[in-house]
Amino acid sequence: MTKQVRQLDRVIIRFAGDSGDGMQLTGDRFTQETAAFGNDLSTLPNFPAEIRAPAGTLPGVSSFQLHFADHDILTPGDAPNVLVAMNPAALKANVGDLPRGADLIVNTDEFTKRALAKVGYAANPLEDGSLDEYRVHSLPLTSMTVKALEDFDISKKDAERAKNMFALGLLSWLYHRPTEATVRFLEVKFAKKPEIMKANIAAFQAGWSYGETTESFSVSYEVKPATLPPGLYRNISGNMALAYGLIAASVRSGLPLFLGSYPITPASDILHELSKHKRFGVRTFQAEDEIAAVGAALGASFGGALGVTTTSGPGIALKAETIGLGVATELPLVVIDVQRAGPSTGMPTKTEQADLLQAMYGRNGEAPVPVVAPATPSDCFATAVEAARIAVKYRTPVILLSDGYLANGSEPWQVPGVDTLPQIDPAFAQPGQEDFQPFKRDPDTLARPWAVPGTPGLEHRIGGIEKADGSGNISYDPDNHDLMVRLRQAKIDGIARDVAPLAVDDPDGEARVLVLGWGGTYGAIAAAVRRIRVSGDKVAQAHLRHLNPFPANLEEVLRSYDKVIVPEINLGQLALILRGRFLIDVIGYNRVRGLPFKAEELADVIRDVINS
Amino acid sequence: MSDPLALVPKDPERQTAKDFKTDQEVRWCPGCGDYAILAAVQGFLPELGLKRENIVFVSGIGCSSRFPYYMNTYGMHSIHGRAPAIATGLASSRPDLSVWVVTGDGDALSIGGNHLIHALRRNVNLKILLFNNRIYGLTKGQYSPTSEVGKITKSTPLGSLDSPFNPISLAIGAEASFVARTIDSDRKHLQSVLREAATHNGTALVEIYQNCNIFNDDAFAPLKNPETRDDVTIRLEHGEPIVFGANRDKALRRSASGSLEVVPADSPDVLVHDATNPDPSLAFALSRLDSPTFEHTPIGIFRNVERPSYDELMRTQIDEAIAQQGPGDLAALLGSGDTWRID
Ligand SMILES: Cc1ncc(C[n+]2csc(CCOP(=O)(O)OP(=O)(O)O)c2C)c(N)n1
Ligand code: SF4
Ligand SMILES: [Mg+2]
Repeated sequence: MTKQVRQLDRVIIRFAGDSGDGMQLTGDRFTQETAAFGNDLSTLPNFPAEIRAPAGTLPGVSSFQLHFADHDILTPGDAPNVLVAMNPAALKANVGDLPRGADLIVNTDEFTKRALAKVGYAANPLEDGSLDEYRVHSLPLTSMTVKALEDFDISKKDAERAKNMFALGLLSWLYHRPTEATVRFLEVKFAKKPEIMKANIAAFQAGWSYGETTESFSVSYEVKPATLPPGLYRNISGNMALAYGLIAASVRSGLPLFLGSYPITPASDILHELSKHKRFGVRTFQAEDEIAAVGAALGASFGGALGVTTTSGPGIALKAETIGLGVATELPLVVIDVQRAGPSTGMPTKTEQADLLQAMYGRNGEAPVPVVAPATPSDCFATAVEAARIAVKYRTPVILLSDGYLANGSEPWQVPGVDTLPQIDPAFAQPGQEDFQPFKRDPDTLARPWAVPGTPGLEHRIGGIEKADGSGNISYDPDNHDLMVRLRQAKIDGIARDVAPLAVDDPDGEARVLVLGWGGTYGAIAAAVRRIRVSGDKVAQAHLRHLNPFPANLEEVLRSYDKVIVPEINLGQLALILRGRFLIDVIGYNRVRGLPFKAEELADVIRDVINS
Repeated sequence: MSDPLALVPKDPERQTAKDFKTDQEVRWCPGCGDYAILAAVQGFLPELGLKRENIVFVSGIGCSSRFPYYMNTYGMHSIHGRAPAIATGLASSRPDLSVWVVTGDGDALSIGGNHLIHALRRNVNLKILLFNNRIYGLTKGQYSPTSEVGKITKSTPLGSLDSPFNPISLAIGAEASFVARTIDSDRKHLQSVLREAATHNGTALVEIYQNCNIFNDDAFAPLKNPETRDDVTIRLEHGEPIVFGANRDKALRRSASGSLEVVPADSPDVLVHDATNPDPSLAFALSRLDSPTFEHTPIGIFRNVERPSYDELMRTQIDEAIAQQGPGDLAALLGSGDTWRID
């Protein structure tokens, strides 16, 4: 049977199943195949916080959405064109996001009376006509997998488990994905269990062959590679990019990397990743709590290391006092907050941007710290390097605000040449100084000398008690305190001279409305802005990487537009700062649902403001 | 046996106590036990002969934690309770430093209890001097986690309700490899303990009974009073029978129940102190001899066992990774994994 091949410019697929069904792995593999094929892509994993939530229930549903295209794309997509639902719970939890006409691939084996009842389906939706507006492909994925694996010496359970590979094989056929890397991946993953390995590969291939022979699918699809700038590419998630950025900063500064960390979702993967790179001299210290983690990092910084701590919002709350000590002792320290939905434990696996004010102001006393935020998963790399650069150059803690969406989402990344990365000069204080003054500042940067133990003649004591300007001796002098408070603030403010001015994307300079974002909302905002422009309206976009200090031209940029929209996944934290700082009444758009914005939702907001 | 100071550079010049004094005015209350400890430490360090710049004192918050300001070494006066954590980061990344922690009973056992026990179990190369005055000095006299039950203080006008920690028992329970107790006023003893602690591989916890003459004066009077002290102090000496009393007529023995009992010195089966015994139960039993009335209080080294330090293990993992895979290559790392090229 020869089948028709149809060309598409982009596709959004969502794999959904029980958290035990291996949907994240399936999505990950499809992503790697897609990356290797050369499409541009963006991913959105979505999973429960429970490790094994009760099987077959709505809270137990885990999904992975992937958007890929023959052109550059900015988001994981608003709504899937294809939903793979491995059980009734996955269908129920996701079908609401499907637009009319979408493809729906359903594993009918799991649509038993009991499973349907468990999620409140009175009738089987595959039979009652409720899915008529979709193109439904009802496939017994589990039994087909078990049948394909009949000849393998594995348990029925293990055979059933391979159904995700069958589904991956089928989807790989449907979209003409290269398969070699997945076979290689399975070979490595199950190297210690050869029977399971062979069975998974067989299930994957059976899924592919099924696509070729079945009449359920008469068409397959091709999405041509995207034309990205020439270079070497890989797919990278935000957490991986942060880990690599930190290693790069260590190499480019010559400072050994010391990570103090306490496991917490969604930041733990940075600890996991860095602990693999001991050959770079990376020390990873899993501390007894977040306070010890940041303490150890600061102690390592005192000793001349690049001290880093990684955590999420609750951990930042615990680290506040030590970050304050870092401000007082003026030591380099990189603090990474992979934000998640709060307050308190909140929704650990869901994204949010509500730690901005905590990062800015969550310490006792006047304790300013620079704050930076990456815009996309791959931008985490450059932002980590930037955080380290500022920390070392200005002898200060720096907070980097990533988020759950950036952490787990991924996209292609053009691997930068090592020589193109900034060089970071630790500029340690040198021995042989008469009357060393540990708090005598550099007149340009206002940074103090970093004199590490082991340097003869520079022995000195630092601490959290207020210090006399220059000598660093304990001082309770009122005027000295006022001076030191102002000097510490001036040092941080002065960093504005050392960061790129805010770039504005306003193609013909005629827009009257500016959308200003920060952090992980970049993709959704940029996609919305494109839609507005396609429909003939004008809108400008700018995105802040530096939240403290702001780029020097920010006020000027804001004042050159009639209206400024600030979309944030919080209740208006950047908006509050902008109003306070510039007395400009920006228009907030705030949704705090634990999910990234959708491009269409933002486009509607922008349209409303333009037309108002 | 690893020498924790092997990588710490030595000073070719002879040092004196004066070399370790700073120009900062010492601000403890006149008569405070902290002065004696400071003098003892400054008097002891020249013995080690380490370069001053390779010694670091890290402290928390409390009267005792002012200590680093008075030591002419590198130092950090950090935040309440966190010194062991900060010092862990420093010591585990700098094998060429001798890192000391100065802490108080509130600092180490109340707010910083978690960090203390974890430092001990990890066996990081830290020498922790716990100044135990059984009171919160700096905050002007509240009871502390080592105060005796019923302590009347500003915050407990009707007497404190909670049972105290015994720092030695706690440390032994936390897998400490070196645990000792000494007294501020006994300089010779204090220095002898510091000598063993300084060369111990891993974390050494030294509890120093310290008199706060303002808020808890005479807390350790029976151990200091010339009339009583010899009678009630048990001086633990490794390898020696545990004999004590003004006339050295009392000794310790294991009773049938396994606990310790005081017997005449000429009894058979008098215990011989073995600080290096891998089994901590005897050291623990010794630590339980304290009582609010100081009938018999052991001082000296309870436990001193050899086990790899956290920092050397951490270093070994790095060295082995480099030996096996070669030093890290950034370009190779960034371009690793599933990559593709666009021309
Ligand atoms: C986070 C925090 N909480 C409380 C305090 C107040 N504080 C300072 S020292 C101290 C207790 C000190 O007692 P101890 O450790 O026994 O030291 P000492 O003064 O007796 O030497 C307290 C409660 C503080 N500095 N920081
Ligand atoms: S309050 Fe007590 S511990 Fe503090 S300095 Fe005075 S005497 Fe010493
Ligand atoms: Mg005390």
